Amino acid sequence: MTLSVGCTARPGKSRENRTGAWRTFKPNFKHDKCTKCGICALICPESAVHENQDGFYDADYNYCKGCGLCAEECPAEDIEMTREEK
Amino acid sequence: MTQIMEGSHAVAEAVRLSKPGVISAYPITPQTHIVERLAEMVADGLLEADYITVESEFSALSACLGASATGVRVYSATTSQGLALMFEVCFNAAGMRLPLVMTIANRALSAPLSIWNDHQDSISLRDSGWLQLYAQDCQEAHDLHYIAYRVAEDHSVLLPAMVCFDGFVLTHTYEPVDIPGQEEVDAFLPAFSPYQRLDARDPISFGMYATPDYYMEFRYEMERAMQRAKGVLKECGKEFGERFGRDYSDLVESYRLEDADTALVAMGSLCGTVKDAIDEMRGEGKKVGLLNLRVFRPFPFEDVKKALSGVSRVAILDKNVSIGSKGAVGLEMRDTLYGTGIEILDCIAGLGGRDIRKRDVRRIVGLAEAGGGDIFYGLREEVL
Ligand code: SF4
Ligand code: SF4
Repeated sequence: MTLSVGCTARPGKSRENRTGAWRTFKPNFKHDKCTKCGICALICPESAVHENQDGFYDADYNYCKGCGLCAEECPAEDIEMTREEK
Repeated sequence: MTQIMEGSHAVAEAVRLSKPGVISAYPITPQTHIVERLAEMVADGLLEADYITVESEFSALSACLGASATGVRVYSATTSQGLALMFEVCFNAAGMRLPLVMTIANRALSAPLSIWNDHQDSISLRDSGWLQLYAQDCQEAHDLHYIAYRVAEDHSVLLPAMVCFDGFVLTHTYEPVDIPGQEEVDAFLPAFSPYQRLDARDPISFGMYATPDYYMEFRYEMERAMQRAKGVLKECGKEFGERFGRDYSDLVESYRLEDADTALVAMGSLCGTVKDAIDEMRGEGKKVGLLNLRVFRPFPFEDVKKALSGVSRVAILDKNVSIGSKGAVGLEMRDTLYGTGIEILDCIAGLGGRDIRKRDVRRIVGLAEAGGGDIFYGLREEVL
């Protein structure tokens, strides 16, 4: 990549820029005690949590930056944050 | 056509002939006459520009920044506190590589409140990535605006430019000024051709986020552009000379330096007084000369070194001070002349409008010859 003059950017940069690389803790959606309430998807500041085909929720690790809010807010305590080694 | 006019109006004429599409400014002494005259020109239909009135200098320069990003030539003017309020926008405009041109009617900074002239305002923005040109008379103040636009807008430069001229000493002084015709100006300064611009059909954002992996490289690119500006300034200054008969191909002006032992170094209107003092001293057999720094950013290291290669000592008239250190020009000169053995005397002088007269210039030459250290020149010891 060569630098743009004036640090300009075209639209779509946040798609290209995989902010998941910032993560040090990873949320593990265990689908065990989960009541499918959907709070994790609502609370995620990156909108990285999506409902899967079974009605459970999973994080998109390309964009989940590991803030832990989903785990903190999950009423069923079904999301576990674990340190991610890279 | 040569006309007798106030410095501020000479600048307003240069702006009119440069045909900016957007002007935004906030009135402040001693810049007011420039922007008042431009407002009149727009109201009278003499200048087809959008004149955006704003509530502060911060907004004025922000409006110019936004307008420039849409691909239009822009203009602003300010001084002192107004420039201080623009601080953040100045760095942004340079980092976004937008070729704004702004006149600085140089004035001291508060506190204490002073409406009088020194160079503290623009010098305090020396690190902002703007070119800085200093005019020594009203004609130069007029001419340098055309050159500023040409160089700033050159695609190998793309940095904003300040044209600095001394508040009151030049802004409010009437001098004969040669005002070229529109066709002549158009031939030298064609319509603005933006490198890139905001366009809803082809979206782009300016001045985005740079992580530590990239920030330094962006700053380095600005430095490289600033260095390229030296060559572009010389070329444009030469072409200006060929077209209009006033040559600006040198970044510094040498006056009677050929065989000089002592060189004075100054910027702006003070150079006129220094030249008169030099003529007197030359009449008495003293070998003195002047180096006028017309361009302070980019700092013309090579040109200064060359111009001063024959002198034994240099006395700098610094109309600014970095409190806790020295004058800004003095520091640059020490860097430039390091290792040459040339003695350097840095005089902080003329702050807040204190006159520097011919007799002061003579005294400063005497101090340099006596080999004294750096000083605040002309302090009123009785009030300290
Ligand atoms: S850790 Fe933060 S970013 Fe990742 S899924 Fe949970 S709320 Fe979203
Ligand atoms: S917040 Fe917890 S319980 Fe609710 S859907 Fe998400 S993981 Fe399941």
